[in-house]
Order: sequence, then C-alpha cells, then structure tokens
Amino acid sequence: MTTAIEVRIPTILRPYTKEQKVVAASGETLSAVIADLDVQYPGISERLLENGALRRFINLYVNDEDVRFLGGLEAPVKNGDSITILPAVAGG
Amino acid sequence: MTLKISQAHVDAMLAQSRAEYPDEACGVILGPLGKDQTLRLKPMINAAHSPTFYEFDPKDLLSLYREIDDNDEEIVVIYHSHTETEAYPSRTDIAYAGEPGAHYVVVSTREEIAPATEFRSYRIIDGVVTEEEVSISE
Repeated sequence: MTTAIEVRIPTILRPYTKEQKVVAASGETLSAVIADLDVQYPGISERLLENGALRRFINLYVNDEDVRFLGGLEAPVKNGDSITILPAVAGG
Repeated sequence: MTLKISQAHVDAMLAQSRAEYPDEACGVILGPLGKDQTLRLKPMINAAHSPTFYEFDPKDLLSLYREIDDNDEEIVVIYHSHTETEAYPSRTDIAYAGEPGAHYVVVSTREEIAPATEFRSYRIIDGVVTEEEVSISE
C-alpha cells in the first residue's frame, strides 16, 4: 500500500502531527484514511469523529469538494487525491 | 497580546453588523503570515442567516483558506456580531473556536450598550477565553 494521499492539517490539529501542515496517508475511503491517520497520529480521529460520524463543525474536502456531497465517511479516495481538514468558523 | 486595528476596520465591522441586523454578521481580517497585522478586511456571508448563530459557508471557508495560502496571508481576526447580547463569547463561540492564533472580535449591536463596550477582542484557546486590549489607530 502506498501512502499517496495528501492530507492538509489545520493549525488546531497540528499538535497531533508534530506541527506538520501536510501529511501523507492511505486508504480507499475517507473513513480508512482517518483510521490510518489515527495510527500515525494517535488521537486525531477523536477530533474528526463523534460516535462514528463526522463532527458537525469539522469540514473535510476531497480535492476541494465537501465530503458531505461525496458520501461522507464512505467517500472514495485514491492515490493522488488531496484531503483538506478545516474547522468550521462558527459560533453563536 | 493586544489587537492593533485601524478605525476604518472598526467602522466597517460595526457598519456591517448594523446592516445585517437582525442576523449576526461575520468576517475576517487578513494580514501577512506571522506578522499579526490587520490589513485586509473580508466580510463573509453568514450561511446560518440567524440572529443567534453564524457559520461561514463550507465552500467559502475553503476558498478563503486557499486564498490566504496563495497570498502568504493568515487570518488575524475572526469577527462576528451579537445582536441582543453583550460582546462576550457565547458558549458556542468557545466550543467551536478553531483558530488558536486568531483574535476573536465580538461586536454587539444591542442598542443600550455603551459604545465603548460594543467592540471587544479575545483569544480563545482550548476553551479558555482571555480578553485582550484593543489599540485603535487612525
């Protein structure tokens, strides 16, 4: 398995990735990529998922498309894809 | 930390907040990476269109981050308005604050609030709110 999916990490999660802005991961679905990230950077999946679903106020994009329109956690990914994680800018 | 900001940017945030009342208004001020300088104000659309909530549209959010990456900029200020409450971060503001390096500015459009307290700035890191001084230049 090659590790050829690029994942862009927001500032708030960089403490998990030793301050790296971009990391590599592998998997055939978004869910598998997050699982792989968590093996490499323990604890990071907890910040992305809640009760097995994507957190409401974390945005994930595959190649600039919001994953909510790509099947959510089941969104297919392949080598060469780029995943971007951005915390929502929101409040009350 | 002190937020250093121009009177023009303060005026623009207040004007936008009044114009978008009764919905909450929101936006960012951008500046060169690592300089903590408030140079470019960019109003954002409140996708929630709500008097009690704001949220940048996820598509706009991605465009914003792409834009600042391309320009070697960073988000220096994230601002939003409170329509009927004081200019202090709400529980949801604290829960969702995702930019530890940003100044979180809250503007209140509540009429009875004195002008001096309409506009306040905070750091919000790991759920801890720290108010900071605001230095306004001409």
